Amino acid sequence: MRRRLFIFSFLVTPVTLYLVYVIAPYAQAFYISMTNWRGVSANPQFIGLENFRRLLDDTVFWKAALHNGLLLLLLPLITIAIALVFAFLLNVGGKAGVGGVWGSKVYRVLFFFPQVLAVTIVAVLFAQVFRPDAGGMINGPLMELGLRPVGFLSNPSIALWSVLGVLIWQAVGFYVVLFSAGLASVPRELFEAAQIDGAGRVALFFRITLPLLRDTVQVAWVYLGILALDAFAIVWVMTDQHGGPDFSTTVMAAEIYRNAFQYFRFGYASALGVVMFFFVLGFAVLSLRLSRRERIEF
Amino acid sequence: MPVTRRELLRAAALIPAAGALAACATPAAQQTPAASAPGAAKSLEVWIFDGGFGHQYATDIHQPLFKSKFPDVQVKHNFTKEITKVLQPRFAGGNPPDVIDNSGANAMDFGALAQDGQLLDLTPLLEMPSWDDQAVKVRDTLDPAVIDIGTYDGKFSVLGYVNYIFGIWYSQKAFTDNGWQVPKTWEEFLQLCETIKKSGKMAPFTYAGKHAQYLYETLLTMAAKIGGNEVLVNIDNLEDGAWKAPAMLESATRWAEVGAKYLMEGTAGLDHVQTQTAQNKYQVAMLPSGSWLENEQKSTTPPDFAYGMFPVPDVTGSDKMPYGTLHTQPGENYIVPAKAANTQGGVEYLRAMLSKKAAGDFSKMVATVSVVKGAGEGLDLSPGVKSASAAFAAAGTNTVYYRWQSWYLQLKDEAVAATGQLMSGGITPEKYLERIQAKADELKKDSAIKKFRRT
Repeated sequence: MRRRLFIFSFLVTPVTLYLVYVIAPYAQAFYISMTNWRGVSANPQFIGLENFRRLLDDTVFWKAALHNGLLLLLLPLITIAIALVFAFLLNVGGKAGVGGVWGSKVYRVLFFFPQVLAVTIVAVLFAQVFRPDAGGMINGPLMELGLRPVGFLSNPSIALWSVLGVLIWQAVGFYVVLFSAGLASVPRELFEAAQIDGAGRVALFFRITLPLLRDTVQVAWVYLGILALDAFAIVWVMTDQHGGPDFSTTVMAAEIYRNAFQYFRFGYASALGVVMFFFVLGFAVLSLRLSRRERIEF
Repeated sequence: MPVTRRELLRAAALIPAAGALAACATPAAQQTPAASAPGAAKSLEVWIFDGGFGHQYATDIHQPLFKSKFPDVQVKHNFTKEITKVLQPRFAGGNPPDVIDNSGANAMDFGALAQDGQLLDLTPLLEMPSWDDQAVKVRDTLDPAVIDIGTYDGKFSVLGYVNYIFGIWYSQKAFTDNGWQVPKTWEEFLQLCETIKKSGKMAPFTYAGKHAQYLYETLLTMAAKIGGNEVLVNIDNLEDGAWKAPAMLESATRWAEVGAKYLMEGTAGLDHVQTQTAQNKYQVAMLPSGSWLENEQKSTTPPDFAYGMFPVPDVTGSDKMPYGTLHTQPGENYIVPAKAANTQGGVEYLRAMLSKKAAGDFSKMVATVSVVKGAGEGLDLSPGVKSASAAFAAAGTNTVYYRWQSWYLQLKDEAVAATGQLMSGGITPEKYLERIQAKADELKKDSAIKKFRRT
């Protein structure tokens, strides 16, 4: 009993903070989602599940959910693939088999740069990189070569891919570091033994590196999944019309923000938030279930 | 059971937690404004949108003038670019400030404010004697469009302070140097575009592709010119099929042609600053904008550029409205919250703003046209403001406006998205109008959204 009280006394502060700043806002969002609050009134009306019924017909929101789904599928897959290859090359892909490729120390720093930049800065930078006129970093050279500029952000069928590209560009660096750390904890002898047995770089990667990094990859998958379900900052700052053109890049978080702070439909926006909450929860449960497996001990 | 010291501490720790839980995002219960002692010196809290006009005009012009009549009132001057973020919680908490310049991209939704009775009815202000002359009512010193447009639910509650005049803007220097003429008809406009394109000197036309409302502004004004003012009135009133009116199709078809043939390369992905700067660099000849343009671009405009503006050209030869028809719209919107502590002071502040001196000094300071009649008289105006003012005088009563974009923000977003698609050839003019009409119908059916009407 005394022991419990002792532990409890230490937990009071963090638990209180958690209750006040995390749990309470969630609970309030559930309540607000069942009102028609427009953000300025002091007494919103309770309207039950009306907002959720309305949400079913909201084509833009479902478009946004679809985009999140697409990102959820592609972002972790591509980012992890690139990060794994880079981490492998930086750490064990060298000729000797136990070191990185030539210049790996420089690359290690370079790859991490995007992670150091604030998301907003990345978004503003890429809005310039993607500019559709001669001032654009990509389109400028293209136009010099006599080609027509590409509407990276202005063509609705390309814009989402541009967003995906930026998200990957920014995320890869961190996962290279994460996987490098994972590789560092793998005993060198395993790689040396495999090499003595005649494994090439490719075999080394698929037979040794990948299986031993399984746990780390799983963690990366969950992190990236959460990033894909959010993606708000890049979309809101970088794309035309905040999720455009023609809603071609919008994501759920952007629609929540739009409904709350632009249309002043706080009740409805909270309903969207509640739906997104369940999407994220679903994703978390699913990924934990699917990834349950025995660990490899070494 | 005796209360142990730890349990006491635990209880003490939880009390503030309960208090904090109660004070979160959900709106606070109605607060009754504290009644002030009669005659006591009050304070007046003013919030200015710190946008294209800055906020200095308030501290340099309006507030000294206000203080000259009410020296006891303490003016608390504030400014922000983020009106909503700063002030929305104040409304929800029941203690809004006294005067707000609710403008800019992050302005609060007037519809939501009106729906909830948060806007003070400013009709009494109109009936008050004007600041300069006891014999003249405030109402008679204003451009009548201000009262029309500031009326929500039959109550005049939003005071637009600046008169925005819309048109197609060009460089008088570029036009004179190349021998290009201001087009009066659509044929001439297309010919001019063709001439400019062939000359290879610059692109004929552009608009802020990222903010397609710049283009639908011209498209709607032209539709009103073709089909008469009721085209816009019907759209504002969400009448069935209003967007699919023949005049709308006529106008949309013509602008789609411009979109297909005469746009500057990359227009779809550029914003207003980028396109306007391109014009300053003589990379493009014409773009649609409003009378704030000259002030907005003053840092990049070459000294001899000489902005000029022309109205939408004659289209069919049997247009319902004559050549020179203009879209004018009061902007820079001031409100007094109904639940403010000092509403009376707020109204007096607006009255001071509407004095000839305040409005005239304001026009001079920020190079624009105010809504106060005759306030710009005798001032040395720049070429762009001169051109816009001349067009405004020539238009006489042939002015139009629309309000749906501030009443129904969802419809605005849809129209912006669709207009971008129309101009880049993604959808046909018919589909374009169908699409916006569908959104308008959806809003009309939506009982949660407050509807407005105008005549």
